[in-house]
Amino acid sequence: MCECCNGKKDIYLPEMCTITKRRMLNGTELYMHIEKDSGEDFDYIPGQFVEVSIAGIGEAPISISSSPTQKGMELVVRKVGSLTKVIHKMEVGDKLGIRGPYGSTYPVESAKGRDLVFICGGIGLVPQRSFIRYALDNRADYGNITVLIGTKCHDMRLFREEIAMWEEHDDMTVMETIDEAHDCWNGNVGVVTTLIPKIESDLPKSQVLICGPPIMYKFVLMALAEADVPKDKIFVNLERRMKCGVGKCGHCQMNEHYVCQDGPVFRYSDLADVPEAI
Amino acid sequence: MSVSTVTKDQFKAFVSALVGSDQKVVGVQAKGDKFAFGELIDADDLRLDYDVTILPPKKYMLPQKETLLQFEVGGAAQTVEKGVRKVLLGVHPYDMVAINQMDELFSQGEYDTHYMNRRKNTTIVACDVVTPSENVFASSMNTATCDKGFDILLTDIGDSYVVDAPTDKGQALVAMMDGAAEATDADLDKRKAVQEKNIADLNKHELECKPSYLPKLLEKAYEHPVWEEKARLCYSCGSCNQVCPTCYCFDVQDEVEWDLKSGCRYRAWDGCLLENFATVAGDHNFRKKRADRFRHRLYRKGKYVPSKIGGQIACVGCGRCVSACTAHIANPVDVYNTILETTELS
Repeated sequence: MCECCNGKKDIYLPEMCTITKRRMLNGTELYMHIEKDSGEDFDYIPGQFVEVSIAGIGEAPISISSSPTQKGMELVVRKVGSLTKVIHKMEVGDKLGIRGPYGSTYPVESAKGRDLVFICGGIGLVPQRSFIRYALDNRADYGNITVLIGTKCHDMRLFREEIAMWEEHDDMTVMETIDEAHDCWNGNVGVVTTLIPKIESDLPKSQVLICGPPIMYKFVLMALAEADVPKDKIFVNLERRMKCGVGKCGHCQMNEHYVCQDGPVFRYSDLADVPEAI
Repeated sequence: MSVSTVTKDQFKAFVSALVGSDQKVVGVQAKGDKFAFGELIDADDLRLDYDVTILPPKKYMLPQKETLLQFEVGGAAQTVEKGVRKVLLGVHPYDMVAINQMDELFSQGEYDTHYMNRRKNTTIVACDVVTPSENVFASSMNTATCDKGFDILLTDIGDSYVVDAPTDKGQALVAMMDGAAEATDADLDKRKAVQEKNIADLNKHELECKPSYLPKLLEKAYEHPVWEEKARLCYSCGSCNQVCPTCYCFDVQDEVEWDLKSGCRYRAWDGCLLENFATVAGDHNFRKKRADRFRHRLYRKGKYVPSKIGGQIACVGCGRCVSACTAHIANPVDVYNTILETTELS
């Protein structure tokens, strides 16, 4: 650090971390548990993301899937680009760089005392899991927990053992559906919106949290409007190209909002004048 | 602090001495029939009578390609520090305003040490415009003159320059100017006349509202037909972004040496008009339509960036985009005036 930085750190410099666990969740999604080489723990709130870096390949924004009540950090990486292809080849003990956490958070404080309804589409379960686990670890703070999970096909389902465990909880409702019927699947078939009428919590009084592919939001939000859920009780977790993570590079901009700073979690009522959002 | 006057010959002697010193000196020079900022080797090449440079001087704070980190492949990275001191000679007021805006943007929130270190290592000698360029509209944007950011402001008053040096760095340079004398009232009157003329005349395109109205105007213009009409002709080439003194979007990439052992992470200018600017992995493009990208640029200049910097409009009227756009659609004044014609302001 040079004199003229005023003691300020380089915001683009990643911190080294080590992969401590890894396993494939399905054909394309890799689960990793990482720890900082410095021995310090991560400091984050559910909903935030990190920039994952491999020197020589690049960086990508990845949602945090673990709860800050756990040690270390869990990430789920879909094999979809040049960086993630390399990450998928990494083993326990391999190093990667982390910058962050960045961005806004789920309303973990203001949601206290309310029922929580998580609506997850595909890989959207990954960041939602951070708040689900946080709520389970602080169970007395929240009302009923409902988790709706929509997945394209049976083979793509994530965190199957964990979901099976969630289903065992008396004070938690988990409903899953897959878009395409499958011989090994006896459950619901159809898009995630078909589960919304089955929710038992008083929806207009619940805190509703949505994360999924871009196309999903429109339909879920229409269904929630029909169920009279006020827009200020809905939170959406949006994906954009968060390249720098620090509100400078412009790639993640959504009208005047930088998703890396003002998002990725937005209160839906705050997006009324943000036509590029949904 | 007092204002001085130096003759042009005395100023040239100063530039020669500066070029011979250990500081890197960058100045405006002719490049074909245009002008460009470049390292100054010979004081005779400095052209303070230029109209506009091809690229704005922001490239010395935010270079087209800049190494941020160095690393061993797959290993830890180190910051690459920016220690080179330099003097920029001949920054026009509109470009100075743009640099002031960038200073705010890169220091607010997450402090960008790469930009800010370059900025702190740069001494800026600004100069009032002598020759208006063919597309300048700085008068419309209130940027025909500037009052801060520079270490020295030169005003050409015929055979002399009036030299205003409000900072210590500027005063240190004035101390090197043999023959600098306190400016007389007559010199100051001449300077005032030059600046007043520029305030009136740097206006080849006239914005038909105060620039401070633009954020309000754009609140009502999101669905205006002008975006589609103009963007029909857009090549998505990003030239308007590349020449703009207030565009600062960048991409970050890694580059590996031939030995495949070491490399660097660099950032390079990017542009929101380019087709894949908002594309994420998996090929989903969040701003796929040309008209949406075209609109985004004009909203950034007139509404989005202003909301981050206390309402300052992020178009400084340099006119470079007007000249650079081969489809003749980039002129912000054209677009804003078209909206004004059809939108009622409260």
